[in-house]
Amino acid sequence: MSHDDFISIRDVQKYFGSFQAIENITMDIGHGEFFSLLGASGCGKTTLLRMLAGFESPTSGEIFIDGQPMSEVPPHMRPVNMVFQSYAIFPHLNVRDNIAYGLRKRKLPKPEVNRMVDEMLELISLPDYGDRKATQLSGGQRQRIALARALILKPKVLLLDEPLGALDKQLREQMQLELRALQRAVGITFVFVTHDQEEAMTLSDRIAVMANGRVMQLDSPGGLYESPNSRDVASFIGTMNFFDGVVKEHQGANLTIDAQGIGTVAANTRNGPFQAGDKVQVAIRPEKLKLTTERPEGATYSAQGKVENMAYLGERSHFQVGMDGVDGHIAVSSQNDRPGAQPFAMDTPVWLQWENDALVVLGR
Amino acid sequence: MSDSYINKPNRPLQLYAIIFLIFLYVPVLFLPLFSFNDSIYVRFPMEGLTLQWYRELMGREAVWAALMNSFKVGITASIVATALGIFGAKAITRYRFHGKAPIVTFIMLPLVVPLIIFGVALLVLMTSIGIPLSLYTVTIGHLIICIPFAIAVLLPRFEGFDASIEEASADLGENAWWTFWRVTLPMIFPGVVASLLLCFTVSFDEFILAFFLNGTEATLPMYIWGQLRFPQEFPSVLALSSMIIAASFIIVFFGQWINRDASISSIEGGK
Repeated sequence: MSHDDFISIRDVQKYFGSFQAIENITMDIGHGEFFSLLGASGCGKTTLLRMLAGFESPTSGEIFIDGQPMSEVPPHMRPVNMVFQSYAIFPHLNVRDNIAYGLRKRKLPKPEVNRMVDEMLELISLPDYGDRKATQLSGGQRQRIALARALILKPKVLLLDEPLGALDKQLREQMQLELRALQRAVGITFVFVTHDQEEAMTLSDRIAVMANGRVMQLDSPGGLYESPNSRDVASFIGTMNFFDGVVKEHQGANLTIDAQGIGTVAANTRNGPFQAGDKVQVAIRPEKLKLTTERPEGATYSAQGKVENMAYLGERSHFQVGMDGVDGHIAVSSQNDRPGAQPFAMDTPVWLQWENDALVVLGR
Repeated sequence: MSDSYINKPNRPLQLYAIIFLIFLYVPVLFLPLFSFNDSIYVRFPMEGLTLQWYRELMGREAVWAALMNSFKVGITASIVATALGIFGAKAITRYRFHGKAPIVTFIMLPLVVPLIIFGVALLVLMTSIGIPLSLYTVTIGHLIICIPFAIAVLLPRFEGFDASIEEASADLGENAWWTFWRVTLPMIFPGVVASLLLCFTVSFDEFILAFFLNGTEATLPMYIWGQLRFPQEFPSVLALSSMIIAASFIIVFFGQWINRDASISSIEGGK
């Protein structure tokens, strides 16, 4: 455990009956970090969050928050607060009483409570909403009240369970920016659960990608995108093209691979170790492929294909390129950074080229 | 669209509904009608209007005593049944436990089992363990029939609100006791009032269990039963019955009105 590790999850398992919801997770979350748990529904991310809040207890293992073991600490004694997916605003209280709810035990004088609530209302940009009934609020407003209600207690950790899921796209994007700004302003550790990879990428310092109760990969957004460690992570975060291949030679992390469709390629890998003869997959992101009509001069790597489908999206275009020896299509995304009409018509024979450090090697 | 059978008015069904309501309530309406009749005989034609029977009723000690007994039993039974109903309804909606479905069925059973069976059974039980019959035993009997009503009224209240609202209270630092007082009770409060009113009415109107389980102090329905032997008292019984019907109607309607949004999303707090 390093000095900055604030939340420490050690060998945590969780069973519901015979169903294993969490399969031995160990990880650390740093102080002041915006940390996301990302995964499809049923991957265990909400269960893990609820264990941090204390609503579920681990079947085995221990969770430490700020150095303290949490297994004997009930939810109402933990130094964490949560923003619920449904916001769980108290419908019988007005906005002011909702925000001040957790302050009862502090036994503060009334003017002090009012001052703190006003400060919070200011922070969430709803200064004149104190006397509104909770039932008269929109989704975005409820979400902010839920945030204020948790933040007023100055928790060590704020847990957020898909707090933006119920909002429409535009509001969601606005709230993402506000949430990130808020987290920087208050400096509290945020643990954020989401199934939306774009949202996780936008907000997080680090992301744990989860599936079937396990952490598949824990990395920064850039790390997950540029060097995924498995096909599942690679295809969950953005779009990825895969080519089956076999390792021909290896020298440490430098591999020479025979790949279907793109021939013999050299690639450097963080994954592995791989031996000669290992079956692997070579993967490349759509925007790292470049399309030309002429055979590229001087490019180290290139391959031939045919444009079979395309979509014009304004600032960029998406192409689906068919290649001999490759099942399905290869996705290519190119920036429309030059004025003029689209260069490729349907069924045009094209050349794909790439830099060899753009290739990711994955086991299969 | 409008002529689909789904939303087209159905004349025969409307007629049926009207006839149904007539058969249900017209006989009941004869009671108040004849309670104003200036004759001790219940027959047409009526012989003129009078408030004599009501006046006479007000002057009787025994009526007031029976009324007080009914109040004592009704208030106690409704408070205890509602309190137990809150725990029961919360357990049914919030916890998973083995045998939940059969337990719920058992709790609801007194609604359909003939009360005479419960009456006899409780009488045998009470006498065999030596508990003297009194208003207390009547209250215990009434609890058995009030609890299913209390739970039936409170269940939709608990089902209607998101369990994460209680979790939010815990998360914000309140223990179970304070969460109940600050969140759960205020949110189910209309249901609690409705349950108190309904249970009171059920107890107030109940005759069979009271008949089996009471000692010397009669409740109001028992007093009515006692008076039926005397033909000259019949108009007073009609007057008393009319007042009980009116009071019951008012209390139950008031309870339903307070609890009117039980299943409406406004108490969900979330979406």
